[in-house]
Amino acid sequence: MPSLSGLYQDVILEHNRAPRNFRSMEDADRHAEGRNPLCGDQITVWLKLDGDIVSDVSFQGAGCAISKASASLMTQAVKGKTRAEVERLFQRFRQLVTGALPAEATENLGKLAVFSGVAEFPIRVKCASLSWHALKAALEGSGEATSTE
Amino acid sequence: MTVAFPVRTSDRPATPPLDVARLRADFPILATQVHGKPLVYLDNAATTQKPRAVIGAISHYYSAENANIHRGVHWLSERATLAYDGVRAKVARFLNAGSPHEIIFTRGTTESINLVAQSYGRTFLKPGDEILITAMEHHANIVPWQLLAEQVGVVLRPAPISDTGELELDAFEALLNERTRLVSVVHLSNALGTINPVKQIVALAHARGIPVLVDGAQSASHLGVDLAELGCDFFAFSGHKLLGPTGIGVLYGREALLERMPPYQGGGDMISSVTFERSTWAPVPAKFEAGTPHIAGVIGLGAAIDYLETVGFGAIAAHERDLLTYASEAVASIPGIRIVGTARERASILGFTLDGVHPHDIGAVLDHEGVAIRAGHHCAQPVMRRFGVPATARASFALYNTRAEVDVLVRGLHQVKRVFG
Repeated sequence: MPSLSGLYQDVILEHNRAPRNFRSMEDADRHAEGRNPLCGDQITVWLKLDGDIVSDVSFQGAGCAISKASASLMTQAVKGKTRAEVERLFQRFRQLVTGALPAEATENLGKLAVFSGVAEFPIRVKCASLSWHALKAALEGSGEATSTE
Repeated sequence: MTVAFPVRTSDRPATPPLDVARLRADFPILATQVHGKPLVYLDNAATTQKPRAVIGAISHYYSAENANIHRGVHWLSERATLAYDGVRAKVARFLNAGSPHEIIFTRGTTESINLVAQSYGRTFLKPGDEILITAMEHHANIVPWQLLAEQVGVVLRPAPISDTGELELDAFEALLNERTRLVSVVHLSNALGTINPVKQIVALAHARGIPVLVDGAQSASHLGVDLAELGCDFFAFSGHKLLGPTGIGVLYGREALLERMPPYQGGGDMISSVTFERSTWAPVPAKFEAGTPHIAGVIGLGAAIDYLETVGFGAIAAHERDLLTYASEAVASIPGIRIVGTARERASILGFTLDGVHPHDIGAVLDHEGVAIRAGHHCAQPVMRRFGVPATARASFALYNTRAEVDVLVRGLHQVKRVFG
């Protein structure tokens, strides 16, 4: 049986209550919006690039605890990383929340590993991935709103 | 703090209360355990559960009567045709329509509204003509008109609603003008539970010669519909929200209007004659039912109507009113809860938010208590925007729900507060 406490781990609840980097960024180099049309969740991700490195990142929006905490933890995880590192991290994160990541590989994910419980709740995968899709769109500079659908 | 939420009653004759325990036994799915707990199904506005009578009728049709309709000369086809057209007459009686010819079978409310938009709208509306709706419509009563606006150049106007979720009738009336060609309003709002004053709306529109479509997706199963009394020109509803199967719905249209409307889709069963140069159409309602219809769905819908009529709408309405009043007061007394939709006239739907907790998270925690509610925008994003919320949680009641189930919901909401507190 899927475990509710496995989904709503303390770290997730804490980031939901007090999300990090939860602000708009006026001097951002890039930003992109992510929307989940099925539930109406909406998130905007801003970032600054220093060459190839994500030097600052922030977000704002409305969403469930999973999407909010995921965005918050994402901003912490990607700050200071290169585009290629961010892309690899997103790939591993996606594997984690869809249950496709071998257990021994989760430790490379650091704090993001708290989202392992999402794999038991397939409908919440989109909540956990929303901010990552927006980040990817911002990095690719498409400037268009991205959608989980 | 206890907040009173009286739900005003419409005048109905007194009826004996429902024997809910007995009635629940008619719905096999209600015995389901979810995460080890008894299912508390409070998502009836999305779809209702099905009684054995409906499941059995569909099963019997496929086991004993399956054939295509309106063409076979053989025994089975005759049986299927009789059963299919028998339900048409039953629906006409159920809605108190003038004639079975006014009943068109569709896939559901959405297709019914699209049919009117594409057949009536594309034929009779011109650039600059206005369609008046309300600010509490489901997307199904917004988007078909927007498609028409792109095709024809009509203008869509939404009449405002108040903070309690009631239509502002004066503003509605002020929006009726010489360019208004159609009024399309929801009977019972799926997001707010508001019952619209359809009779008054129809009177205002008809006084100006404007036809009225009523979206009855929610009302048909809760209020009991009398078209002769409502007076509207089109009425749409879905079978699956009325204890019937998915994929079947109804469009009622006034015969004089249907006669003038061109077909919605072309194909078999809707023609009078076909040559490569030209085809002519069958009379209504066949003109609007191209192709082999959802015969089993129609049979199931007929069984659902029989079931509801046996239980009785007076008793159903009284029971659901009691549940809604009980649930509104209990839920509203939880600190941090805000009820969204507090119209004086409402039915069966309780929308709410909880401070600091997103409705999806409310839904996920309740699910683990066995409670099924809906969380999200309810296909009514303009309503969410009007109330300044991204989404709401919604408990919606049906004839088989109980006060004990409302108690489980309330305990679940306290659990939500403990998890996210």
